[in-house]
Amino acid sequence: MEAIISKTVCVQPINEKSIRLSSLSFKTLNPARLMLPLVLPVLLLLAWEFLSNRGLIRSSILPAPSTIWQTALDMLKSGELINHLWTSILRVLQGFAVGGTLGLALGFLIGLSEKVERSLLLVTGLLRPIPIIAWVPVLILWMGIDEASKITVIAIGSFWPVLLNVIHGIRTTDRKFIEVARVLEKGRISLWWNVILPSALPSIFTGIRIGIGIAWMSVIAAELIAASAGVGYLIMYARELSQPDVMLVGVVSIGVTGLLIDVIIKRLEGRLLKWNVNLQTR
Amino acid sequence: MASQAGQALNIEHLNKEYKLESGAVKALGDVTLNVQPGEFLSIVGGSGCGKSTLLRLIVGLESEFEGCILLGNTPITGTGVDRGIVFQEARLLPWFTVEQNIAFGCGTQFSYQERKRTVEEHIDLVGLAGFKRAYPHQLSGGMQQRVSIARALVNRPKVLLLDEPFGALDALTRINMQQEVLRIWEAEKTTMILVTHDIDEAIYLGDRVVVMSDRPGTIKRDLTVNLPRPRNRSDYDFVQIRKQIYAEFFAHEERATDYAI
Repeated sequence: MEAIISKTVCVQPINEKSIRLSSLSFKTLNPARLMLPLVLPVLLLLAWEFLSNRGLIRSSILPAPSTIWQTALDMLKSGELINHLWTSILRVLQGFAVGGTLGLALGFLIGLSEKVERSLLLVTGLLRPIPIIAWVPVLILWMGIDEASKITVIAIGSFWPVLLNVIHGIRTTDRKFIEVARVLEKGRISLWWNVILPSALPSIFTGIRIGIGIAWMSVIAAELIAASAGVGYLIMYARELSQPDVMLVGVVSIGVTGLLIDVIIKRLEGRLLKWNVNLQTR
Repeated sequence: MASQAGQALNIEHLNKEYKLESGAVKALGDVTLNVQPGEFLSIVGGSGCGKSTLLRLIVGLESEFEGCILLGNTPITGTGVDRGIVFQEARLLPWFTVEQNIAFGCGTQFSYQERKRTVEEHIDLVGLAGFKRAYPHQLSGGMQQRVSIARALVNRPKVLLLDEPFGALDALTRINMQQEVLRIWEAEKTTMILVTHDIDEAIYLGDRVVVMSDRPGTIKRDLTVNLPRPRNRSDYDFVQIRKQIYAEFFAHEERATDYAI
């Protein structure tokens, strides 16, 4: 795609407008491309519904899609689902705000100085492999069962991917660009602001995306263990009441919300990193 | 600020070694070279002969050398905006537009207004009016190299170094860019040093052609090209000079070229 565009640009004398047009034109999606990802889910749903109606799948284990759909609609109408989702999302936002900010800050600090990296090497190396779930009981002991412990779990979960990707982004800045800045006698601030930071941005965005993804998984884990609201709690509670349809509505809504969050960040990334060729071909 | 008058570049007994794990590699061996203000000097040599190292030393990207590099009366100790360089790859910052990339070349001495005007002027100089807001990946290779040249020129450097700037371009674009550089040189009167492995390019552009030997790089031949510009690549004199340079590289085998053309 890219090759075609740059070719059209160099063959004819073109003004800025036509460049914009050509980069727009390949974004217009054709319907066939849009339909393709839908084929498999629709087939699976049809098969599932069919088998349930035939009584081949027990409804006390796995209710039919239509039943789950109906339950979801009911729960949406009563506001129950939204309430639980919102509780979880709020926790994610708070936890990520803490974890992501710390990850960014420490990432830049480590990126700035090898000394900081070396002094933190053992601590980060030891703490990083600990699964988030392992922290939950410990944090409940320290902070009690309410919000603080859950937000901390999310903060820890989202901290690592942000940290690692920020460092990676800074460290992989192309030496050739750094040389250009040196030749042009740029100071440290200009070098960071104009060269290193922009070149690290795609990696930082990757960190944020993974970080929020993990934050979303962490919140559910925390809620499954101890909570009185949130999607995780909804699923646990439904299990105690033997409501498989409610459980599945919870599970599916986790997936849908996760997907939406990812789409929003990708959009934001596309908006902010217009220059990134690798993004446009996606 | 005697930048307009220009300053000579004097390189005396320059030696450079790279220390590798397997031992030291001598990149340059006793290079002495004098470039007059406003002169266009071409340096030809095979790959790995140290010609790029020479430019990196002049621009100040490499330290630790023996000998002396003087611009005017000032020894060169590091990078500085009095010297510009165009690399083989355009090295444009992909997150900046054409305009921003050229503006990035401007030193701190520019006020906002001056910077804006200078950038405009240089966009026109390299013939990219209308592409101000394009990103590098939207441009062809030749256009990217034009931006790179403009970026190197905004500070009005006393010396512009060209490190195989057209090596990655196709033959037609390359000839086009050579004419372009000639036009810019005539307009700006900047001292230019071009490193290339293209003998024709060296003769077409240079007032002088310096031939470098292989590792360690030494100056093997220093030829003055006394031909009026624009030069014709199939002129008798042009061809004679080409033969002489050719002979430096392929001393014995290629006698047959005498009868070619």
